[in-house]
Amino acid sequence: MADVTFTVDGKKLTAAAGTLLIEACKSVGIEVPSFCYYPNLSLQGACRMCLVKVEKMPKLQTACTTVVSEGMVVVSDNEEVRQARKAMVEMLLGNHPLDCPVCDAGGECELQDMTFSYGAAESKFMEAKNHKDEQQWSPVVFFDRPRCILCYRCVRVCGEAMDVWALGVQNRGVNSIIAPNKEDHLECEECGMCIDICPVGALTSGAYRYKTRPWEMKHVGTICTHCGDGCKTTLGVRRSDTGLEIVRGDNRDKSGINGDFLCIKGRYAFDFANHEERLTEPLIRKNGTLTPSTWEEAFALIGKKFADVRDRDGGQAIGVIGSTRTTNEESYLLSKFARAVLKTNNIDHHRTADFPALAAALRAKPNATASMVDLFTAPAILLIGNDPTERHPLLAWQIRNNVRLHRARLYVINSQPIKLRRQSTGFFEIPSGAEGQVVEFLSGNDHAAGNLVPSGTGRDALFALRDKLRGEQNLVIIVDSEVRGAEIASLIKFGSAIPGAKFVCLADYANSRGAADMGLYPDLLPGYHSPTGHSQFHTDWGEVPQAAGLDLVAMIDRAKAGHLGAVYVVGSNPVGRLKIDPFAFSKAFVVVQDMFLTETAIMADVILPAANAYEKSGTFTNTCGDLQLLKKAGEVAGTKSDFEMIVRIADAMGFNVRKLVPFGGGTRADMGQSRGAQSGEADRHAVWLEARGLEPKLSPFDPMAILDEIQRLVPGYDVSHINLLAGNSQHTSLAGSGTGAAQRDQSIAPANDSLFSSGTLGRYSSTLKSVMESHQQKTTEAVAAD
Amino acid sequence: MADLVFHPDEVKVVSRRFGQGATDIDRYLELDGYKAVEKALAMEPDAIVNEVKNSALRGRGGAGFSTGMKWSFVPKQSAKPKYVLCNGDESEPGTCKDRLLFEHDPHAVIEGVVIGGLAVGARSGYIYIRGEYRYLSVIMQKALRDAYAKGFLGKNIFGSGRDFDIYWHGGAGAYEVGEESALMESLEGKRGIPRIRPPFPAVVGLWGGPTVINNAETLANVPHIILGGADWYAKLGTPKNGGTRLFCLSGNIAKPGVYELPMGYNLKKMLYEVGGGIPNRRKLKAVVPGGSSCPCLTADEIDVSMDFDSVMKAGSMLGSGGVVVIDDQQCIVKFALRTMKFYRHESCGWCIPCREGTDWLEKTLIRFHAGGGLKKDIDNMQYLSENMLGRTFCPLGDAAAMPTIAFIKKFRKEFEDHLEGRPCPYEPEGAVERLPVLSH
Amino acid sequence: MKFSEEFEQRFAEMVPHYPTKRSALVPTLLYAQDEIGFLSDEVIAEIAVRLDLTELEVRNVISYYSMLTTQPRGKFNVQVCTNISCMVRGGEEILEHCSQNLGIGHKGTTPDGLFSLEEVECIGACSWAPAAQVNYDFHENLTPDKMDRVLEEYRKSGKQ
Ligand SMILES: Cc1cc2nc3c(=O)[nH]c(=O)nc-3n(C[C@H](O)[C@H](O)[C@H](O)COP(=O)(O)O)c2cc1C
Ligand code: SF4
Ligand code: FES
Repeated sequence: MADVTFTVDGKKLTAAAGTLLIEACKSVGIEVPSFCYYPNLSLQGACRMCLVKVEKMPKLQTACTTVVSEGMVVVSDNEEVRQARKAMVEMLLGNHPLDCPVCDAGGECELQDMTFSYGAAESKFMEAKNHKDEQQWSPVVFFDRPRCILCYRCVRVCGEAMDVWALGVQNRGVNSIIAPNKEDHLECEECGMCIDICPVGALTSGAYRYKTRPWEMKHVGTICTHCGDGCKTTLGVRRSDTGLEIVRGDNRDKSGINGDFLCIKGRYAFDFANHEERLTEPLIRKNGTLTPSTWEEAFALIGKKFADVRDRDGGQAIGVIGSTRTTNEESYLLSKFARAVLKTNNIDHHRTADFPALAAALRAKPNATASMVDLFTAPAILLIGNDPTERHPLLAWQIRNNVRLHRARLYVINSQPIKLRRQSTGFFEIPSGAEGQVVEFLSGNDHAAGNLVPSGTGRDALFALRDKLRGEQNLVIIVDSEVRGAEIASLIKFGSAIPGAKFVCLADYANSRGAADMGLYPDLLPGYHSPTGHSQFHTDWGEVPQAAGLDLVAMIDRAKAGHLGAVYVVGSNPVGRLKIDPFAFSKAFVVVQDMFLTETAIMADVILPAANAYEKSGTFTNTCGDLQLLKKAGEVAGTKSDFEMIVRIADAMGFNVRKLVPFGGGTRADMGQSRGAQSGEADRHAVWLEARGLEPKLSPFDPMAILDEIQRLVPGYDVSHINLLAGNSQHTSLAGSGTGAAQRDQSIAPANDSLFSSGTLGRYSSTLKSVMESHQQKTTEAVAAD
Repeated sequence: MADLVFHPDEVKVVSRRFGQGATDIDRYLELDGYKAVEKALAMEPDAIVNEVKNSALRGRGGAGFSTGMKWSFVPKQSAKPKYVLCNGDESEPGTCKDRLLFEHDPHAVIEGVVIGGLAVGARSGYIYIRGEYRYLSVIMQKALRDAYAKGFLGKNIFGSGRDFDIYWHGGAGAYEVGEESALMESLEGKRGIPRIRPPFPAVVGLWGGPTVINNAETLANVPHIILGGADWYAKLGTPKNGGTRLFCLSGNIAKPGVYELPMGYNLKKMLYEVGGGIPNRRKLKAVVPGGSSCPCLTADEIDVSMDFDSVMKAGSMLGSGGVVVIDDQQCIVKFALRTMKFYRHESCGWCIPCREGTDWLEKTLIRFHAGGGLKKDIDNMQYLSENMLGRTFCPLGDAAAMPTIAFIKKFRKEFEDHLEGRPCPYEPEGAVERLPVLSH
Repeated sequence: MKFSEEFEQRFAEMVPHYPTKRSALVPTLLYAQDEIGFLSDEVIAEIAVRLDLTELEVRNVISYYSMLTTQPRGKFNVQVCTNISCMVRGGEEILEHCSQNLGIGHKGTTPDGLFSLEEVECIGACSWAPAAQVNYDFHENLTPDKMDRVLEEYRKSGKQ
């Protein structure tokens, strides 16, 4: 749109026609106060805090609803304006309980700030205040009407942005009240966005209420550990007798890829970390019972056993199971440890998407994956399968709000009438499990249509849909994990004919993508390189076993047959999650690193108490390939990071940890200088560091040392270091990957998590549990009443 | 049902058919009914708009905006359907005139809506009648059915080849819904919360279509203008204030009732000659000249011409035509309190100053009237009202603030007479429960 | 949920009058209330379904309008206006008188379920003040005596 020129406080400004005055002011640093205005939500003009003087207008005007116009002259702050704002605050405070000393929002309350700014300190109001008792609307949402200033932000965010519409306004005048959809309680997605957006303490979190004061916490912005979307969550941390306790999760740092958004898990489900069943000392099975031990004893035992098995039966007698919730650095380290130290390619993880196939299809295509941010801006999106509302809440938010705010076209192909259907311009229902057929059809195989629609009219609609999709530009195509192997290749073939098309494969866990990228596969090294033949890793890691190792299923078979001497399980619960036979590994020496005594851990010979993602630094890669930084928030005494434990085990096995982690000034990660021909370039790692102005890391336990190596060696990961450290997401690319794998991966198993569950973590989150219970209770009540 | 009154000074235009049985469509036709629509059908839309403009007809709903001007704001071309909306929400205390129109002359309103539609190019209209007026809804629905039966509404009206539909719509008790944009929300089945303007209804109104909204009396005048001509109509009143007005005399007056008087009729004369003066040998204390939201005029200020501009100059407003008379035995504090109680009850609650301001003012006035007032309460009330004025989301906040400011300014002494435990001088001993003087 | 034929007819006639279904909401609620006496949970659920709204939205609307109620009230709802025009002509006395006569206060209902009492805002009878409405019927130029007679009439008709 054309630009208009206008004046604010004597400054000549230019902005696009249609810009709201309040935004135009903000963009040049003139702060116009507001309660009800909230970017990207509908305009209200209700709080009257943003009143400004506009020349030629007799009355003060609301900057939040005024659109800038050519020649407009505005005064944002004068006596009249200040007085108007002061009076608004005074009137608000008239019925406000002023219970700031006990209010959760005390210290981070917009009403307090506004009172401070406009000096409405003297109370002219003497009457009894209107009172209403506090209400509990759900296990996590409490409402305190007297504190509410009726800015309607909660109502709008719930309705417009979440498409849940669980909040309304009832009564009128001074009796107006925000009301939940089920009279005295909420039936909703429990995202807590209403709490986050509340400028005062009217909506408070059941998970945080009355726990502490905001200024007694340290606020750490890190990445959520629950699903594959990678929201930034700000954790409020307080010193406790066992370390640093996480007492709150919220979204005060809105700098993440999730912007304003956070779902129930990102907001409340940090509490598994505080669960009383957390393991806080190593346990060694002695005479059949797990007995507390020292770390030294545990590492010595593991080191000896692992070395014995390796030296006696070879690396192929050891199995390693990695995690989808450890950091990239840990997964990479584990991958390297398995290959370089244990001398085995028997390594796997709980796979939830076919990234090797995606890498194979995209290795020659730069910029072909969409970032989470792209989903908010893409002009058109095709979603095949999956229910993002349940399994990818942020992705659903991005799509929903893209449609709402930018009128993106959304095409949904699904076997269920998923909620995102409401935003779709085209919805096509298919038989369950037919996602792969859809892709085949799209890529030009007309025969596949027969497997999707039996009838004639549906068939026409299907062909029409394909024609429409072919006519799109910059289409983002998102597929569920049902689409695998050759189907992914077909998908890329279909998409490649659409200019600017980009792809997303949906995986379930917080670092599923990282686990794949870092090579937790028996047949793939980091970056989807094959262990067979030669790659960078063979040069940098030293000797790597060439033959593909065993996948999880084969490891179990081998273990049952008594051919696995040792199994190393890092942050994973295959017995609980993949329902494998609990006695499968009973003949092997089993080491488990975990937070809890899971179904898998309970079978172990040695259990090492692990820290979780909120208790360490590192990086995660979300399902789109966005790399983000984790910052250490909480701490539970007696636990260690998986990173440190892997290094200690390597050390206990007598391995030179300098070869594992490139740390210290004298590090020779690849020992390159020892090979005469390459001695000229001496130390690739040092050269790489120096070229980027980075220092060698000093500790073998510093995951940043491995991050440097990842950035150096894993294709697509050489993103801006400084942006990453600054807390911005950095999109990685699959271009330049190794060969990947193109055959259909049969071992992919969805996590089957819903909005309110989160695998093993979810079971230890009392908040998620209470929400689940309250929802289940309500459904049974409803059934009973029928 | 409601009694009719008569005075020789009356100039009957919209009330011409009152008491004449004009609810019956055949009787209405005998009384020149539907001639105006027929005439308008033969006119160019712009000619209709100009005729109404030249008649100096100004809105009878309260704001007194030029009706012809308002119609001319409706865009000629529109992707969305256009509408005419008749505002029959009549809820401003002191106002009871639209009620008589619907009761005695429903077809005149229908004619007004049709002509409005022809003028702006709308093909349908809605007549919104407040919920309490159920009996009028019955009358109106019958009138609509009769008009349809005669081919005056529906397809091909009067064989003109043009279609026009009118629907009745009922409210359910809310003063704020009389505000034009809140009325549209209400008609759309929502809470009566006003809309952000711009865009104005003439451009984006009902269901997003350009909408002309007028008061029932305004619309009922239109057929008479079309038939009698703009000049005739304009000359009935004063310059820029065409025609006549239904004035609702109420309160402490000998002959209350709804009188149709020319625009610019003198208020003093209205009270003493038309209304028969103040009964019971009492004296006039104040008049609220245009419904409860208008600042009162004291007994000394009533020598004023009752047209929009003169009353404005006198510091008040002509408003909706509700003239409420207050005699010297009434307590102004109590009157102010009852007025505020109304606005507190009717505030939609959307914006801070109106929602909180009315509550605060009402509470203070209750205590004040009950002898619990302090001197600083008077200042606070004034401060509050002045800080509401002009800063609310819609004019309801102003409507609450303006009379309060006037009461305090003009009758400060009466407020002071209530201070610090003194009993209300106008109430019998014990009639008001005494409240303690608050301090803090 | 069953409504009368008359209601169904009205509803069926009304809905097509508007380009959006929900536009019929307010009058529909009022007619439903006239029939059932108040807006029960059942009525709300039914109307929500008919107009494609959530129950929450229906409740939001109901709670806005003063004539709509989710609480049962008496067969005859006596609504006395005490707004300014009525007040200066004795509206408050009429209200007080009704309260004495019926033995109930503002928003109360007599034990026999015959009467409810309500103090209301201006009902558009200012020139015929003081005034009251019993259900939809206006009673104007009231005095305490006249009010008694009015109530007596209703009492009689309600007991038949
Ligand atoms: C709070 C409020 C209540 C109003 N109530 C009414 C009403 O009951 N009837 C009416 O005709 N206009 C009412 N109005 C005025 C309308 O907003 C609008 O100006 C009017 O219907 C326009 O018609 P007119 O130009 O014919 O006067 C009200 C305005 C406000 C601010
Ligand atoms: S002034 Fe504000 S609260 Fe009052 S009625 Fe208007 S919008 Fe509603
Ligand atoms: S921010 Fe403009 S009125 Fe609230």
